Amino acid sequence: MSGTPKTGTNLEKRRRQARMFRFLCAAMTWLAVIVLAILLVHITKQGIKWVDLQFLTSFPSRFPDQAGIKSALVGTLWLIGLTALVSIPFGMASAIYLEEYAKRGKLSTFIQINIANLAGVPSIVYGMLGLVIFVRFFALGRSLIAGALTMSLLILPVIIIASREAIRAVPGSIRQAAYALGATRWQTVRDHVLPSALPGILTGVILALSRAIGETAPLVMIGALTYVAFLPEGPLDAFTALPIQIFNWASRPQEDFHSLAAGGIIVLLVVLLAMNASAILIRQKTQQGKQ
Amino acid sequence: MTQESKEQQTPTSATRPNVLEARDVTILYGDSPAVRNADLVIPEHQISSIIGPSGCGKSTLLRAFNRMNEFIPICSMKGSILYRGDDIYDQGVDPVEVRRRIGMVFQKPNPFPKSIFRNVAWGPAINGYEGDPRELVESALRSAALWDEVKDRLDSSALGLSGGQQQRLCIARALAMQPEVILMDEPCSALDPVSTAHIEDLLFALKKEYTIVIVTHNMQQAARVSDYTAFFETGVLIEYGETDQVFTRPAQKRTEEYVTGRFG
Repeated sequence: MSGTPKTGTNLEKRRRQARMFRFLCAAMTWLAVIVLAILLVHITKQGIKWVDLQFLTSFPSRFPDQAGIKSALVGTLWLIGLTALVSIPFGMASAIYLEEYAKRGKLSTFIQINIANLAGVPSIVYGMLGLVIFVRFFALGRSLIAGALTMSLLILPVIIIASREAIRAVPGSIRQAAYALGATRWQTVRDHVLPSALPGILTGVILALSRAIGETAPLVMIGALTYVAFLPEGPLDAFTALPIQIFNWASRPQEDFHSLAAGGIIVLLVVLLAMNASAILIRQKTQQGKQ
Repeated sequence: MTQESKEQQTPTSATRPNVLEARDVTILYGDSPAVRNADLVIPEHQISSIIGPSGCGKSTLLRAFNRMNEFIPICSMKGSILYRGDDIYDQGVDPVEVRRRIGMVFQKPNPFPKSIFRNVAWGPAINGYEGDPRELVESALRSAALWDEVKDRLDSSALGLSGGQQQRLCIARALAMQPEVILMDEPCSALDPVSTAHIEDLLFALKKEYTIVIVTHNMQQAARVSDYTAFFETGVLIEYGETDQVFTRPAQKRTEEYVTGRFG
């Protein structure tokens, strides 16, 4: 057909490309989901029979039947709680300062690039830093607080970056509206910028804490104990954490301890899911009245 | 600028005091001037409109009246702006105090993502209002001709309102501060004709109590609502006078060309 317009000639080819691209994206997504599912099924099959009340309420033991993760679970909860207490205020304050107060310029760009770089530093390096500064210099010893401060250093860049993005996404028209009503910067940030940015900030915080909860290397570095038959009673006590306990069990030769490690992983995942769920709940609560 | 046009710039009658006065105001973005040597007086309880083609500096000048340009880092200003005779750019003047008295309504409706009630009550609350907020919210919404439409859903989100209602909510929000002046930056440009008519009716009602400065690129709107009209082009105030005179007997050739629609 000589009269066919030129623009329509390769329509079939373009449709094929579109289908292929869609297929590619779907395949990648499902591949990732399937690998994750296999992993979960495998872990669950191996470890679920060990996860019971006795497992949760016992201290570690030489005998797999009597071994439990009480001290590791409590240690992890302490560690994450303290890390959250330290990292959230520091991270949010830094993000607010950088976005709302600091002048845009070379220094601010320099800081921004360096924060992004810090987010990519291997965690073992933070462990060494923690060992030198918190454990030795500040003489905090192998304590929970030394671990929490090290973890806070580790996840601060992530929290700052996520919070900055969330704060930047708040439309400027909202700030202008507030300022035009005679609001100070603080009133504007407190009543409008932060509430609007909170869902994004929370997402970043949860992602960061989820990373911290699974980190092993920095804790090994600062000398968290692997066998703890007591519960920490304060921030200055020695501790162990779930990933360390799991690592310890997994490195034993006996098969039963490998299954115990799988059980520990299940507990760790449940703690993680609980954290995520609470973040979603908080997010929904803060978003009420917006839609 | 000719001598003739200079005389046009003080059109107020002796009986009305001037609320705002721009004296030799030049506003720069970086090195390029957006407003050049503008002299302008805003008389009390009148509607003054600023018209001109896009990019002529009219919004920039409006934002100078309540120091909103300070949030643009590269923006700088020379000259002075007097509010009731005092320079609002003086060292000791707190911009927060300036903005409390000189309210602003923006081009795009920008309600807070909160309830209708909170939108209106927030400004007075943070400025230490101690009376009954419900009374204040009702009277502000009534003044903005919005009360009847929203009185049954004060606690629902402001984002559920239509564009025109949102803009009237923004006006109510400004009114709740009981300002003396309301600056409006093309308040109807994002609205349909019915909502625009609503807001224009509202302006007539409001001028009994408030002094209004409105920036618009809609010449018919300026002709309909305003008592005084200033015409800007490329940052220069070409002509300022009573609206009737500016539209029917402009003193400057450029004004005539603009208001008759030959450019812009």
